[in-house]
Amino acid sequence: MSEPLLQAVNLECERDDRILFRDLSFSILPGTLIRVEGPNGSGKTTLLRILAGLNDSYSGDLLWRGKSRHAYREEFLRNMLYLGHRAGIKPLLTPMENLRALMAGRRSVPDKVLWQALEGTGLGGFQEVPCRNLSAGQQRRVALARLLIADEPLWILDEVFTAIDMHGVAALERLLVERVENGGAIVVTTHHDLRLPTMHRVTLGGGDGYDH
Amino acid sequence: MTTELKVGLRSPELSVGTATAMKAVFVRDLKTALRQPQDLLNPLLFFVMVVTLFPLGVSPEVSFLQQAGSGILWVAALLSVLLSLDHLYRHDFDDGTLEQLVLQPQPLFLLVLAKSLAHWVLTGLPLVLLAPVLGIMVHLQGNSVAVLCLTLLIGTPVLSLIGSIGAALTLGLRSAGVLLSLLIIPLYIPVLIFGTGTVMAASEGAPVGGQLALMGAFLVLALTLAPFASAAALRISLSNS
Repeated sequence: MSEPLLQAVNLECERDDRILFRDLSFSILPGTLIRVEGPNGSGKTTLLRILAGLNDSYSGDLLWRGKSRHAYREEFLRNMLYLGHRAGIKPLLTPMENLRALMAGRRSVPDKVLWQALEGTGLGGFQEVPCRNLSAGQQRRVALARLLIADEPLWILDEVFTAIDMHGVAALERLLVERVENGGAIVVTTHHDLRLPTMHRVTLGGGDGYDH
Repeated sequence: MTTELKVGLRSPELSVGTATAMKAVFVRDLKTALRQPQDLLNPLLFFVMVVTLFPLGVSPEVSFLQQAGSGILWVAALLSVLLSLDHLYRHDFDDGTLEQLVLQPQPLFLLVLAKSLAHWVLTGLPLVLLAPVLGIMVHLQGNSVAVLCLTLLIGTPVLSLIGSIGAALTLGLRSAGVLLSLLIIPLYIPVLIFGTGTVMAASEGAPVGGQLALMGAFLVLALTLAPFASAAALRISLSNS
């Protein structure tokens, strides 16, 4: 049994006088995919932002490899990749420049690898076109190119399948499966019907999430 | 769990150093801004306009302009920096690059410092370069033009750094503009007083070393403390979004 990367213990989050979730506990183990499920407005994105460390308005504990995440923030951030609703792509820069800037804070990657990663997400030939001239799906793909070269063991992906075409969705699913088989841990939210062999679910909303 | 783990934890040596990460943030900000030059020209044009309108609106007399010139230039510079502040984090916030910045493993206050410096290079530095021309236009005497540029050179980075705190705090708000001015202008006042005071002293032939040293102290204070405050404010703003 391998050690959990991230553990949520009795998480509780309240927003606008409404309790989104309470007593939520789960572990994120290497080699597993966790799908956070729930209707719109049930707090999926909020939970993911809490897990990624972007949102601090929660009570309960988050443990990074058994230790307080707050104390090991640097190590946690080094090992975690977060892709949010907003892709982190600057419309004025080209895909290459965007990807280079996004990777620059993490590790040094040669331009050739970045170029190939963009080709791998179906952006071959668009590497030097400003992102504002690309479609929404293509802009998403620029962000997804990071997944092809990421070596972080924990991925937190919010609505990754948004605006991606069928072919892209299939490729992305394969990437996620392969990643999990190799021991990566992934947390996703998606409305897309994701069927993976080793998938755990965390369900939000419905009866238990609301304070009556 | 029988899977052999090929994806292990990342060792610290693989990570990028803080200096490299800061440089990347700085370069990206410059690149983005230069692709949209109208955003850069706006505060500059404002600066030139305000200074030009004073002689037309109040009095073109040499004695008046010599008296008020340094004040006019400093107030115009201050307002033009204020004008550009809202852009500092707004675009990054909207397109999600700010989230990624906060999640970089390097200390956030240093990345924020890099952003503030980029802001200064794009707004403060052009003001400093334009100031001699406008200084001569308002009849400042030889020595005081140089002193004016020096005070702006020391003072405008302080404006960018303090302004970054306000911009970060008001990020999540809809009516950010008004609140930003109300928050930041009181903090700008000491810089303004010493900026104009130094130029006045120079035009009267008094020594200005002490006042310049005090402005330098402002700069050091802002450089060391403002990035911490901005980083904390950014975390709060992102947490509430």
